[in-house]
This record gives sequence, C-alpha cells and structure tokens, in this order.
Amino acid sequence: MSERAPDPPPEPSQPAGASAVNAGSGSADPAHEGRAVAVLQGPRLALVGSPNSGKTTLFNALTGLRAKTGNYPGVTVARYRGTAVVGGRTVVVEDLPGTYSLDAISLDEQIVSDVLEPAEGGGASAEQGPPDGLLVTLDATTLRRSLGMLVQLMLTGIPLAVVLTFTDELTRRSGSLDVAALRRALGVPVVTVTAGRRSDLAALREIMADPGEWPAPPVPPPSAPREVSGWITSVLASAGYTLPEVDARTRRVDSVLLHPVWGTAVFFVTMFAFFQVIFTVAAPLQDAIETFFGVLGTLVTQNVENRWAASFLSQALLGGVGGILVFLPQIALLFLMVSVLEGIGYMSRAAFLMDKVMSKAGLEGRAFVALLSALACAIPGIMATRTLPSARDRISTMMAAPLMTCSARLPVYVLLIGLTVPAGARVGPFGAQGTAMFGLYLIGALSAMGTAWLFSRIGRGKGPLLPFYMEMPPYRLPSLRSTLLTVWDSCLVFLKKVGKIILVTTVILWLALNLPARSAAELAEAGVDTRDPVAVSSWTVDHSYAAAAGRAVEPVFAPLGFEWRINVGIIASLSAREVFVATLGQVAAAEDPEDPRAALEAMTVEDGPRAGEPLFTPPVVAAIAVFFLYALQCFATIGVMRRESGTWRWPAIAFAYMFVLAWGMAALTRLVVGAVL
Amino acid sequence: MSPLTATLGARLVEPCSAAAGCTATTLADVAPGCRATVLDVCAGVDPAVARRLFDLAFAPGVEVEVVRRAPMADPIVFRVAGYDIALRRAQALAVRVAAA
Repeated sequence: MSERAPDPPPEPSQPAGASAVNAGSGSADPAHEGRAVAVLQGPRLALVGSPNSGKTTLFNALTGLRAKTGNYPGVTVARYRGTAVVGGRTVVVEDLPGTYSLDAISLDEQIVSDVLEPAEGGGASAEQGPPDGLLVTLDATTLRRSLGMLVQLMLTGIPLAVVLTFTDELTRRSGSLDVAALRRALGVPVVTVTAGRRSDLAALREIMADPGEWPAPPVPPPSAPREVSGWITSVLASAGYTLPEVDARTRRVDSVLLHPVWGTAVFFVTMFAFFQVIFTVAAPLQDAIETFFGVLGTLVTQNVENRWAASFLSQALLGGVGGILVFLPQIALLFLMVSVLEGIGYMSRAAFLMDKVMSKAGLEGRAFVALLSALACAIPGIMATRTLPSARDRISTMMAAPLMTCSARLPVYVLLIGLTVPAGARVGPFGAQGTAMFGLYLIGALSAMGTAWLFSRIGRGKGPLLPFYMEMPPYRLPSLRSTLLTVWDSCLVFLKKVGKIILVTTVILWLALNLPARSAAELAEAGVDTRDPVAVSSWTVDHSYAAAAGRAVEPVFAPLGFEWRINVGIIASLSAREVFVATLGQVAAAEDPEDPRAALEAMTVEDGPRAGEPLFTPPVVAAIAVFFLYALQCFATIGVMRRESGTWRWPAIAFAYMFVLAWGMAALTRLVVGAVL
Repeated sequence: MSPLTATLGARLVEPCSAAAGCTATTLADVAPGCRATVLDVCAGVDPAVARRLFDLAFAPGVEVEVVRRAPMADPIVFRVAGYDIALRRAQALAVRVAAA
C-alpha cells in the first residue's frame, strides 16, 4: 500500500522577490504563507507535554493559521506542524501527541519516542533526525508528576526549554513556586506562559530561534525510579514548591456532574443537546447550501444549450461541489462543541460516566461522543475519533461509526418502510412504521457496538492490554483562539483531503449513469419521446454503463432478490445513500423522482422465474433496508476514513467487512421475512 | 530500539520499604474519601503497566486519596501528587496500598 509522503515543512527558500514582511509577527496573512516569507531556515522544535498541559493552545498561539495537519506515515496518528517566524528565522514547530511518559505503551506514544530518537533507517518520522530543540509544556499545578517526564526528556540529550503553564491557577489555588529557583535547580531555560498574555509569548519567542544556545543541565538526571522520585523531591524543595489546594470550584461542580443520578441526567441532557445541534441546527445551513447549488444548477441548465453538457455541469460538477460543502456545517458545529467541551474539561467527565458501558464494546468512554455524532453522519463521527488518545480505539470506533444510522439512510428507510408497512398498521400501542424505523436504528447501534468489540479484540491480539487512565483536569475556560483554529483546521482538512475524493467519485458515478451519450436520433429510433425529459433520462439510465454494471452484478445480488434496476440504485448510492431514492425514481420513470413510491409499487420483475410478479415484495424490501443498514455505501465516509487513519488499508477493510456483513444479513432477512409472511 | 527506550523499558519500580509485613489491600478496596499509601504494584502485572503507573505518580510511598467512583463502581477517581486521575478497577486492583 503506497503511502503519501508527509506534508513537507514549509520551505524557506522561496523565490526571491517576495519581500521579508511579517517577520516576527504572529498574524501573517495565511494567503501569503510560504510566499511572502523570505527568511532564513531556523531550527526545528518539537512541542512535548502531557495532555491538558496547554500544549495545543501554545501550538496554536505560536503557529496560528500557518499550521498544517497531516498524518504520520502509515499510522492513525495526526501530525500537526506549523511555522513561527522569530528574529527573522522560520522556526518549524511540531506538536507531538500528548503523553505522560516516553516509555511508550501505545502507538501514539511510540510516535513521540520515534520523533525524539529516530531509529536507524526508519521509524514513523525518522526522515529528518531528531528535532533541534524541545519545548516542554509543564502544568504548574501538576508539577510533581510532570517533572517525571521532564527527566525522561532530559535523558534524550536534545536541548530543551520548559514552558510553565497555569502558574496563575497555581497561585489562585494557594500553591507557590519560585520560577527563578526552578530555573537554577533544573539548569534549563524556564519560561512561564499564561494563556492569553502576549508578553509571555514574546519572551518565549525570543529564545525559540536558538536552541543551540540553551543551557543544559550540569549533571544529567537519574533514570532509576527511586532516584527519580528523590531528584523530583529535591528540585521541588529548592524551587519552594507547595502543591496547590484542591480546586474547590471543580469539586463543587463535580459533586453534581459526576453524581450517579444528577450527573447521569446532565450527561444525557448534554448529549441530547449535542446531537440536536449536529442534527437539526446544521440542517437549515445544509438546506441553504443545497438550495444554492440547486439554483446554480438550474441556471446552468437554462443557459447551456447542449443537454448533456448542461447536465454534466449542473449534476456532476456543481452537485459534487455542493455534496462536499454540505458536510461543512456539521463538521464545524461538531468541532466547535467538542473543543469547547474538551477545553472546559467536561469531555473527561462524560467519558468517566460512560466508560463502564463502553468498555463492554472494548472501547473507552470518550468513544461515546464519536458514535453519537455518527448518528447524524459518519463523517463528523469518524473525525471525532481524533479526541481518543489511543490509535487502537480510534480504529475500532472508526469501524463502528458507519453502522450507526446516519441521516442519509433516513430517506431510504422512509421510502422502503412506506412500500411495505401500511401507514395505519400498529404494533401494540405503537405505529408499525415508527417501530420498524426504531428497529433499524437499534440494529444499527447494536451492530456498531459488536463491530467495535470485534475490532478491539483483533487489535488487542497484537499487543498487551492497554491500561486505562484518564486525567480529570480542573474546569478551565477554553481559549477562543484555540477553539476557532480547531474548527477552521478540521473544515480545511476535510475540504482539501476528502473533498477531492468526493468530487471524483461523484463525477465518475454521473458519467456511469449518463454514458454512453445518446443523440436525439438514437432516442427517437428507440421510440423515446425526446420532448419528455422524464422518459429521456429514464431511457438513458436504463441503457447506461451503470445499468450494464447493474446487470453484470445481478448474479451476486440475486440471492437477495435484487434485480438489475435495484443494483443501479445501489451503485449510484455510493456517492450518497439518499441518491438511491432519486435513482430508483429515474429508473422507474417516476413523475417526481424524489417521491417514486407509486411508480415503484407498480414495477414488476422483467424476466426469470418471477417475471411479472411485483419487484418490491416485503422480503426484498426488507433485504434492501438491511443491506443499506450494513453496507458502506458512501464514498465520503471512505475518504474521511482514509484521511483519519492515514492509509487506504482501513477503508478497504471496512468496505469489504461491511459488504460481506450486508450481503449475509440481507440474504438472511429475505429468507426470514419470506418464511414469516 | 533506541537507547532511551531501552533504558526506560529496563526500569524496575522497587517496592516501598514498608511493603514487607504490613496488611496490604489494593487501591480498588479503599473507600471514597479515604487515603492510602502506595506500597508497590502487584507481582504478575505487566511491567510496562507498572512503570506507567509510576510515571502517573503512583510511586511507592506516595499518598493517594480516593475521590469518587463512577456509577457501577468503575472507573475510580484518585487524587495523587496534586491532580485527579481516573483508573479502571482493573488497574486499581494492581496497586497494593497500606491504609493511612
């Protein structure tokens, strides 16, 4: 499997002529990034620190819009790199995954170790050798624990500077620390950076250009655990450190939010609101985008003479672009909420409450948010797996997310249930249609949990059982800048990396459904009324390459009771599941392709032993519904899986796994429903 | 394997000197609101897990307070070295403590 090369760091050797503007400014215009900077190549710095130590906030403050998100080659670990221009030099800053130790037990931690000590001839990021310097973020309120990792970082021999965060919180909670004394005790530069204070950042920027000049500790620290404990105690004593008091505010809030009854209630209300925002607040924005592109498409159809070209422009190109942009409201809202909840500290509380339940599926509590988001759409759901600290959990959750019933399945289910379940039928006190819909959602959720369990078991086979631990940080106000940058970055990555895949598949599928192109003479010869657009499009689709493919795969789908016309709909729905409805409408030459129920009810099997019988019998309809429940009929999901996992391997496995599951379950459903009715 | 990885992987967390002869329980058995002193990590636990618990500040001789348990008693929040951290019951069972 070929791997895309990691994003190269911005090259400073840009064409001359671009003047050295913005040097030293933290707000370079992103549009000129890489062009207007004619500055010297500076050192490469890595940001290292534990989760919740303010590392990412610092990264965002230093690099801003000049950050690039990629993946470490071949692994499901996101790589964040950016540049800062200090003292006329471009410093490349890499934000390493947060970790509590260099003694790696997970893939993400292994990345940190590999970057700091590249193994001979390879490793995930050994292309450049170790960084020139380390910026180590240490949370002043957890200094006793954090110094342990500083000791390990000192043992690498790479020059390092300590960035002390949350010193204001330390003071507020009646702790104390003499920063100058700490600097003397450690023998390395120590800079305090309080969130939002610009003068602090300036002090840090001043030293960033010259890691070679940083003082090194006179004596290397010990590595044996007992001696490390002693070393930390003596450093803290000479720096006059007193542990902060328990954050009273956090304890009070926790006594409600982590309460077995109230905490659980607040959790469900929060998650319900969360889901509502992704599902319903995004909807009008998505409708607006779709309407806009619909209007554009109509304009094109009215103004372009050639019928085929007009259709290509409006449906394939504009439809494709609209089909990409339509995801942005959900992605932006998801990341806005996730980063606010994460920044406040609620995410770890939610995970704490849900951990026991999620552990049954082999996952941890934090995976809940990703699976919940997948109920709106698998795209934000899979992107939300970034918040999980372990690569193994990210993969299991990614595999499970597409099975959660997303909003694109809804129109398909509505059509199929409408075809078979009478509107007035009841199951006990409930309407039968609603019960069927609920059943499909429930089966989807259960299958997702089962899949997560399966893949976490497979993943575990390759290594030891990872211990579960999760810091419960004090409640803090998230940085607005950091939050907005997270939202911006996730939208940008989606557009750049996933947009391409969606556009290309939309165009290919459109071509398959509309080629070979038919002349008016051909249509007339076939007895099609060329003045009737419904008849024309129906005939074109029926004689397209997609139809040929639909016929070719007929033997595969025959056990499910699918005829070639259903197969065409399934092929077309690869661009988006809801397209199934309109395509079937087109195939059946329905007056309104968006509501083809009447036309479908009238369809009969064309040939074979069932010729003349109705095509959409209850067993077949049930089989289609189950097929859609399991199959990965969505190229956008495949694209985002490729982007988030960093390889084509996982989307390929997911597609194959879900196809087999879909086929098997649909065949089973047809048999069972056929036997019962 | 890089030199540092080898050094860190070879670390052995020695038990607290009080470990011998006192009545020890595990962190999972300490009631919320109570404190205990870490003695060692039970023999038989994956050494990598023992080293990680040490890196998270569950070091021999350190005092730990049990803050609260989640519904269904798992996971459990501990306060150690001035910060709060949740462990699953499975990990808490691996840490031997003496009630303080």
